[in-house]
Amino acid sequence: MKKVVTNIEDRSRARRKTSPPVVDTAPAAASWPDRLHAVLRDMAIHQVAYVPDSGHARLIALVQSDRGMRAIPLTTEEEGVALAVGAWLGGDRSVLLTQSSGVGNCINMLSMVQECRVPLLMLVTMRGEWGEFNPWQLPMAQATQPVLTAMGVVVHRADDADQIVQTVSAAGRLAFNTSRAVAVLISQRVIGAKEFKK
Amino acid sequence: MKTPRRKPVLDRRAVVAEILKRRNGALVVAGLGAPCWDTAAAGDNPLNFYTWGGMGGAAMIGLGLAIAQPKRRVLIITGDGEILMGLGALATIGVQQPPNISVIVMDNEHYGETGMQATHTRLGVDLAGVAKAAGFRAAATIYDNAELRTWVPRLCSEPGPVFAAFKVTTDHAPLVLPRRDGTALKHRFREALLGVEEAYK
Repeated sequence: MKKVVTNIEDRSRARRKTSPPVVDTAPAAASWPDRLHAVLRDMAIHQVAYVPDSGHARLIALVQSDRGMRAIPLTTEEEGVALAVGAWLGGDRSVLLTQSSGVGNCINMLSMVQECRVPLLMLVTMRGEWGEFNPWQLPMAQATQPVLTAMGVVVHRADDADQIVQTVSAAGRLAFNTSRAVAVLISQRVIGAKEFKK
Repeated sequence: MKTPRRKPVLDRRAVVAEILKRRNGALVVAGLGAPCWDTAAAGDNPLNFYTWGGMGGAAMIGLGLAIAQPKRRVLIITGDGEILMGLGALATIGVQQPPNISVIVMDNEHYGETGMQATHTRLGVDLAGVAKAAGFRAAATIYDNAELRTWVPRLCSEPGPVFAAFKVTTDHAPLVLPRRDGTALKHRFREALLGVEEAYK
């Protein structure tokens, strides 16, 4: 077990061509996206696929400036599920960043990771659940966890900022050590409701 | 703006066999349905990944693979219905510009597994045009053997992303069914590519 972890760290280091990137002014105590980025790096994640969400904005910026990671913007979230299959076939680790509405787009493609036992790590920022302004977000917010569970995806929740990093770290170990699909739902309490300013 | 329709005449089995003859270690992702049977008919290989589901995902599997294995050629062999279900993947590949990818569509202009209903390509949609507009370095629609002979080597070695739609007939070809257990297909692919130790780490 210990050997595996060491090896992952070695691979991570081998991929990195430069020292950790600096994106704008980092606060003295790193914010959770910064710590999350470090966790993904330590897991030797190479391919980072995403459909943007404001909750993932800083993490995406960190990934884009990290030469050891490949930022892969998608047109729709199920592309990221299929990408994870190809990445794994080729010996790469990937992660899929999405907002909760994007989970609905993934449903059929999740068949593939289930049938092929491909590790899939999804980081899902929730919309439509905490102080939401936009009523169109609510149906998918309510359905996110049941849909994932129905497709056999293991679901972890992180309801406050302090939980996010350790939850993602545990989810990543579960996904890659047991070849399973694991989603971490990051509460809208952490992100905050989007403000519609005039 | 529609160009006059040209009747497809190429034989799908012959086209896929011609391409795979020159694969030279390439990694192959086969789209569900007839492209899987065509790929299996050309000779099974542990570096063939046959999809039996996840329609619309073949090109993206190829992208993940191509980024993970930049030194290997990745051939995505799929159908017109399959690629139409995930057209955004062409845009995503266009943005990534993987030099080692070829997207190859066996375009018979019909949904062959569900009763031969017309696809959008029968109704005027130009897949090579979409690929070109999405940023592929080269893209073409191939109608005859002369074009095929020029394009097969390009698909196997030219810096990509490269796209080709082969206009093939709807003639019936005998079923050649590859393995269908997804986990088994994954294991044998990773074993052959990465070695047994790495595959099960």
